[in-house]
This record gives sequence, C-alpha cells and structure tokens, in this order.
Amino acid sequence: MICVNVEITPLPGIGTRQDFMIRAGRRVGVITYRDGRFELILSKASDPDSCAASIPLSPEEANTLAGLLGAPQLVAHLREEHRDITGITTRQLPVTAFANRTLGETALRTRTGASIVAVVRSGNAHPSPGPDFLFENGDLAVVVGTAEGLDAAAEILHGG
Amino acid sequence: MHETTVAMIQLGGVFFGLGLLGRVAWKMGISPIPLYLLGGLAFGAGGLVPLHGIEEFTHLASEIGVVLLLLLLGLEYSASELTTGLKRSWMAGVLDLVLNAAPGAIAALLLGWGPVAALAMAGVTYISSSGIVAKVLGDLGRLGNRETPVVLSVLVFEDLAMAVYLPVLTAVLSGVSFLGGLTSVGISLLAITVVLVVALKYGRFISAIVDSPDHEVFLLKLLGSALLVAGVASQLQVSAAVGAFLLGIAISGSTAENATRLLEPLRDLFAAMFFVVFGLNTDPRSIPPVLGIAVALAAITTATKVVTGWWAARRQGIGKMGRIRAGAALVARGEFSIVIAGLAVASGQVNGDLAALATAYVLLMAILGPIAAKYVEPIGEFFQRRRQTV
Repeated sequence: MICVNVEITPLPGIGTRQDFMIRAGRRVGVITYRDGRFELILSKASDPDSCAASIPLSPEEANTLAGLLGAPQLVAHLREEHRDITGITTRQLPVTAFANRTLGETALRTRTGASIVAVVRSGNAHPSPGPDFLFENGDLAVVVGTAEGLDAAAEILHGG
Repeated sequence: MHETTVAMIQLGGVFFGLGLLGRVAWKMGISPIPLYLLGGLAFGAGGLVPLHGIEEFTHLASEIGVVLLLLLLGLEYSASELTTGLKRSWMAGVLDLVLNAAPGAIAALLLGWGPVAALAMAGVTYISSSGIVAKVLGDLGRLGNRETPVVLSVLVFEDLAMAVYLPVLTAVLSGVSFLGGLTSVGISLLAITVVLVVALKYGRFISAIVDSPDHEVFLLKLLGSALLVAGVASQLQVSAAVGAFLLGIAISGSTAENATRLLEPLRDLFAAMFFVVFGLNTDPRSIPPVLGIAVALAAITTATKVVTGWWAARRQGIGKMGRIRAGAALVARGEFSIVIAGLAVASGQVNGDLAALATAYVLLMAILGPIAAKYVEPIGEFFQRRRQTV
C-alpha cells in the first residue's frame, strides 16, 4: 500500500487540522472542531497556503462521506488479501431481513460456510462483529466465502 | 415599585438597543464591541440620554462581565496547549510583545502620563482580541489555511503574557511602595506558576469539582466558583479578573469545553454591559482631544502587528500572501484592551484621559481589524499582479 503523509496540526482553542498533499498539488484535509463538528478543506491551486473551500459537515454527513470513500476500499482491500486463495471472494451484501435481530440468528456460517467480517453502517465499518451484533435496516455486510456460499448468504440476508 | 418599573424599562431599552447594534455590526462584518462602546458614550454623562437608577446594577453587571471575559479567556486554551504554544512560538511572541507594547508605552510617556500609565497603555496596544481574530478567521474560512496555526500560536502566547502582565499591572496600580510592589508581583507570579503546574498535573480534579452532567448544576457551580475566586482574589489585592483567568486555566479538558459553551451567552450579555458601562464612564467630550493620538497609534500598531504576523509566518515557510494574511489577522484589538484600561482608570492612579484614548483606540482597531483581515487578500493579489505585469 502507498502511504500518504498526513500532517496533524493542533489549532489551539479550535481543534485540529489534519491534511495531506494530493498528487494534483493541493492540500485536502479535515478540521475537527473541539465540539465534534467537521470541516472539509481544500486548498487553492494557486496558493497552497490558503483554502479554496472549507465545507462544514455534521457528524452524520462526515460519516456518510467517509463511508462513500471508505467502504469500496474495504472490500477492495479484503479482495486483495484473499486473491491468493483460489475460490474465496469478498462481497458487500445488503442486510434487509434481519433488522433488530442478531448476527447469530442468521446462522450464516453453518448454513453457507461464508462469514461476515465487517458490517458497514451509515458509512462506518464495524469490523469482526460478534454473534450478538444487532442488525439495523440499511446495514451492509462484508462477507467472505466461496462463490456458491456468497450466493446463498445473499439470499439469506436479503430475506430467505 | 415605581423605581423597579423605571429601571426595568431602562434596562430593557439598553439591552434591546445593544441587540440592534450587534445586528448592524455583524451585517457590516465588524465586531459589535465598538458599537457597544458608542452606545455607552451616547447614554452616559454628557451624552444624549442619561440613565438614572440602574447604575448599581450596571456597575455590578460590568464587573461580572470582566470576570466572565477573563474566565473564558483562561478556558480557551488548555494548559498543555499553553505550554506547547510557548515552546513553539516564543520567539514570535516576544517580537509581538516588544513591537506592540512599545507604541502604547511611548505614547503615554510622551503625553507625560508617567510610568504607570505607560505600563497600562503598553497592554492596551499589545493584546490582540482573540475573540475578534478567531471569529474573523472562521467567517473568512481561513481555519484550514497554513498560516492560521501561526496566528493562533501568537494569540496563545499573548494569553500567557496576560497571565503575567495582569497581576503585575494590578500590583503597580494599587500604588504600593516599590518593595511592596515587588512582593505582590512575586506572590502573583508564584500563584500563576502553581496554577499552571496544578492545571497540568491535577487539572481533572479541579474540573471534577465544578463538573456535573446536569447543565443547571454545572452552570451554577461554575458561575459560583468563578465569582468566589474572583472575589477572594480581589480581597487579596490580586484583581478579580486575574483570579477568574487563573481559574479558567486550571479547568481543563472536556469540562473546559462544556463550560465555554455554557458560559458564552452569559459572557456576551455581561461583557456587552461592561463595554456600555466603560462608554458611560467616558465623557464623549474628552475624546476629540485625543483622537489624533489614537489615529497615530492605530496606524503604527497596525503596521507592527502586520510585521509580527509576517515574520512569524515566514519562519514557518509560508508564502508571501500567507504572511500578509497572518499579519492582518492579528490587527484587531478589543475586549482585553478595554479591560486593561478599565483596571487602570478604576484605580485612579492614571490620567483620566487614558480611558478616552483607550476608547478611541479600540473603536478604531476593532473596526479596522476585521476589515484589514478581509481586504488584505484582494489588495495583496492586486499588487502581486501589478508587479508581474510591469
């Protein structure tokens, strides 16, 4: 993986600024206020010291944006890791049939051999959920297994 | 009963008037502080509408305003932010102190007001208004800028300098003998060191005393402890403002953040009262004679703050535009200049014209600061472009 050098700067009395230089030569980052608000910042192309935009985000909006950028990465990352093991794949499956029920109730591993390695909820990844993890509507399960196992798992989670 | 009715109507009128002034100020993109001062000038002795019967309340309210202003200044930065800020930016801080305290002190000496007034005027021209600066940086969307941490670290240093300056000023103003003054300065410096060490190591215990999950309980305990500490401090000849400030530094972590959020509206209310009362006690007729000096001081100290910001930003490897932005951001003076002038005038140890000069000066700087911060960028770009085309 290519590392990005994130610069963390304390802003006394306000919060912290975390940003990094992207290849296009601009700084992209986030200001985290003490009271939990976020601001997405993007530097000007002409003057990397100053900001072209600073966009205030509520915690929910920041979560969603993080999910949009992060969830495909998580799947890609897992797929990369399992690439060497033939026959094993990772898929993101919507959970619609188990709202307010636990992960254990799906009995996914016993029934399909596939296992849930993470649940993405409103943009946040919950890694390695236990059997008493409670599903909510709109959850996405990141499932690892064989192609047949994943098909079966999709059916179960979708309402089988 | 009749007296209360009249007082209530007057007070209501004052607050409502201040509200309208504040709205006008933010619409114009400036701080409301100069307008509050103008409001006070208009109501006060020699002004348009003299007020009667609410002096007792307004006086106490303005004292509480000072306590809250300083308490929140202390709360603004945690003890660890203060110490790292000191380590990282002490050179810029010292330059800031020398360049910006000198004009005030020299002006007071040239006017023949003596060394005590010089010390007070040094404070008036030195300290930037962290309130105005932070608000302006936020409004202009400059918090993500690279020069902003430089600006903030200068403010942090000023905060620390205040912790030393205020007790010294109070001791000098109390008019004690040189030896006695030295002792009280020593005591207050010791107190600050103790408070900083306690805040760094045991801040959570002090926070735990005032902290409460219940907003009402928290607010009462916070306000109670602030007034208690301020009162005791003023009894010990260390002004109430200093006591509140040190309490603010000692409270840390999440307690400090919650306290800030809870106390901000109260501070705004009482601080507005403080500015009005300061304006009330300043005779508008005393301003025109000192206006020329105030304008000259404003011009000089605008330049010195810009130099400070420029130099501090250049040391961090920031480009020309960023340097000039950092300088202009620091220009605003406001609440703390008035607090210092208020302490000095209340002691009766300085020339009464100091209040008029400080008022005129802050009127100029609180208006000029946000404008300078806003328009420095287009002006700088214009000059840069012209240089490129020529």
